[in-house]
Amino acid sequence: MHEILDVIFNINTFSAAIRISVPLVFAAIGGVFSERAGIINLGLEGMLLAGAFAGVLGSYLTGNPYIGVLFAIICGAFIGFIFALFTIKFEANHVVAGVGLNILLLGITTWLMQILWGSRGTSVNVTGLNEITIPVLSSIPVLGKLFGSHNILVYLMFIVVIISWIILFKTPFGLRLRVIGEHQEAADTLGIKIRKIQYTSLIFSGILCGLGGAYLSLGHLNWFSMNMSAGRGYMALAANIFGGWNPLGAFGASYLFAYTDALQMRMQALNLNVPNEIIQMIPYILTILVLAGAMIRSRPPAGLGKHYKTNR
Amino acid sequence: MIKIFKKHENFIYSLTAIVLAFLVGSVLIHLSGFSVIKAYSALFDGAFGNVFNLTQTFMNTIPLIFTGLAVAIGFKSGLFNIGGEGQMYLGAFATAIAAIYLNFLPGYILIPLVLIIGGLAGSIWSFLPGYLKAKTGAHEVVTTIMMNYIGILITSYLLLKYFKENSPIPQTVLIPESARLPELIEYSRLTWAIFIAIFVIIIIDIFFKRTKLGYKIQTVGENRSAAEYAGINSNKMMVLSMMISGFVAGLAGATIVMGVLHRFITNFSPGYGFTGIAVAVLGKNKPWGVLFAAFLFGALQTGGITMQLFAKIPMDLMVVIQGLVILFVAAPILIKKLLRK
Repeated sequence: MHEILDVIFNINTFSAAIRISVPLVFAAIGGVFSERAGIINLGLEGMLLAGAFAGVLGSYLTGNPYIGVLFAIICGAFIGFIFALFTIKFEANHVVAGVGLNILLLGITTWLMQILWGSRGTSVNVTGLNEITIPVLSSIPVLGKLFGSHNILVYLMFIVVIISWIILFKTPFGLRLRVIGEHQEAADTLGIKIRKIQYTSLIFSGILCGLGGAYLSLGHLNWFSMNMSAGRGYMALAANIFGGWNPLGAFGASYLFAYTDALQMRMQALNLNVPNEIIQMIPYILTILVLAGAMIRSRPPAGLGKHYKTNR
Repeated sequence: MIKIFKKHENFIYSLTAIVLAFLVGSVLIHLSGFSVIKAYSALFDGAFGNVFNLTQTFMNTIPLIFTGLAVAIGFKSGLFNIGGEGQMYLGAFATAIAAIYLNFLPGYILIPLVLIIGGLAGSIWSFLPGYLKAKTGAHEVVTTIMMNYIGILITSYLLLKYFKENSPIPQTVLIPESARLPELIEYSRLTWAIFIAIFVIIIIDIFFKRTKLGYKIQTVGENRSAAEYAGINSNKMMVLSMMISGFVAGLAGATIVMGVLHRFITNFSPGYGFTGIAVAVLGKNKPWGVLFAAFLFGALQTGGITMQLFAKIPMDLMVVIQGLVILFVAAPILIKKLLRK
């Protein structure tokens, strides 16, 4: 028992959770932007996966992981645009199109991996992102351990959380975006350029997932492996809901998921009498519980998943 | 001409979606430096080239009929059950264990009994997502995906802990002869399961066309508030349709154990549960539509293996094509625009 408590409150667990939360946070905020604009985005999963792949590809081709991140951003933006095209212009059912997109991207990344690196399991090793140590912060006892030394995407994540919140709740663009998600017809009547804003927010959503994916492959492991997103996109969608369609909430929820995941990994190493399969289930079970719990008390944007034709 | 078009609108859209998916697929093949003709001829040959390949195609079609039907049944009540994979694992596991422990029963009792046990195991696994959706609104896509992970982990845990055969391979012992489905063609692994699949199609078709309960479920799927207004308990209908859906997905696992593997093995599925999504979408959620779509994807699955073995082209191309088919079928307006040109 003492051992378990030790792991639960260990600073290393909290610090590991920050690292694990990065892809979830990016994708969950991607989910916030698309769902606030009225588009259910199950494609987060595939976008993460594609971002992870593009990141490794960029680093593989140039030897520079930062160009890998750039690849992931471009790839995410492109996929976000395609998803917008299908859900907005071609009026595809959001949920079906999202799942279709995920299957497509799983197929394409696994295919390309075999063409490029000749293996269906993992890619070759590439140069990953290096850690950046912040001089003064890293020497402060607890904070230093938590925030002192990370790669650039971790710091970017904190910036994205705050900026996204400001964009959504403190700018005219954010207000318009939220109106669209609640009532497209009303937004249209107000003269808001619905399509432009929806496309923008989905492309932004794709970019965020690209960054999250790049962290998975370049910030964590330095290689790509088949289906490496492993359901994180769906968890991120749940985190977005649990966080009340708010970037700050999405961050908190993602951190909670990440913390359980960190705990799970550490508990496996403890050699408790609980089998590893059961411990591995914890994050999945938690996702279900949290989602069910969150839905009882929160309300999604009213226009979520609906199609609307503008007359302009 | 227009009249014919109108009558077969759905069919023409589906066909165009398939053609489009293969076209995009061929771009990918070409860009990767393979010969498109070689790839697709290996695919075709692998799926239909000789009697053996054709029986393999039918063998792969059977689980897809079940998993495709499962997704279609969920859709009827407006729910997207993508937990077929997990429900299938539970079904396969329960069937194998039941068959091993009830080996004293004669075949005519054992076969239907373990089939039903497999189906019920699938139902149990789909109950929770249905219940949570009805009670709290938790999105079933997320919960069923999570249940997939949990289901695959839990069956593998139970197998390793209690039921593993005394060998390095993570599998159970063989199920008794009396629980195996008879082969239609010797050594082909194409068994009576095909008739079970067709029988289930007929039952589901009748259920939605002719019974009050089936009608109620569809009303909920089409308009939940209208259904409530008409006095239908929509929560109950959603849970029920998820459970029927899970039952059918469980049958996919049961028939694989009884007809093909004759035991439970961890990671036995090449993704039948996920391919079922493409099957249902392409089949427009109609039971007979599912049959044809399952045959198409069964052929792709079989042909894909040949393509990989002999033309050295990764079979993941099939996953790409599945994804494309789903996207294109989901966007009829795109196809309408293309056809008009």
